[in-house]
Amino acid sequence: MIEIVNTSINVERVIDSVASPSAGAIDIFIGTTRNNSGGENVLYLEYEVYQDMALETINKLINEAYATWNLCKVSFVHRVGRVDIGEASIVIAVSSPHRKEAFEACRFLIDNVKKTVPIWKKEYFDDDYNWVEGEQNKKGDGV
Amino acid sequence: MMITVKLFAIIRDKVGSDSVKIELPECASVAVLLETLILTYPQLTDWKEVVRIAVNREYVDKNHIMKPGDEVAVIPPVSGG
Repeated sequence: MIEIVNTSINVERVIDSVASPSAGAIDIFIGTTRNNSGGENVLYLEYEVYQDMALETINKLINEAYATWNLCKVSFVHRVGRVDIGEASIVIAVSSPHRKEAFEACRFLIDNVKKTVPIWKKEYFDDDYNWVEGEQNKKGDGV
Repeated sequence: MMITVKLFAIIRDKVGSDSVKIELPECASVAVLLETLILTYPQLTDWKEVVRIAVNREYVDKNHIMKPGDEVAVIPPVSGG
């Protein structure tokens, strides 16, 4: 399953979706909202998405993962809108015959989501907010 | 040609709209689009070197030539996950 949702993510459903009789391992990454950033108290995060491009970009990353590692299934859910402290904003689940591939593919996916998928998070503090500008290829990539 | 440019996140906040229409010469490159955007919205100057442009939902480089009807978006540094 590959979804962008605006409600609480059902993590168990994501895990169930990658279950496979030929899998010996399921690796899962859950990104959660942290209560601090840059020394300041974060109240909540708000995510925005360029939906059509995000889904296409995510699909490309997942296809690349399937091509690179021997995997059974991959599922991906990203939540947008407001995400409160401790709640999950992203869940990536990967199943594979052996654990090495599941670990590596899951890591690859979250690392590359953070670089390429058009989703943005806004941190809300007590009396201010800040658009987080992530690290991405700046020189020699894009404009 | 008239190109509609989708804006997101901090760029949208700075311009005050989630899309703008920009008149460009036929066969204009993405570099020309960016120059025109900065001239029209000088508050975007600081973002000129860090944004990427997507055409039809794929990242393109500054030499990419646009066509009428292309879906164009300015992508500030992403922060998903």
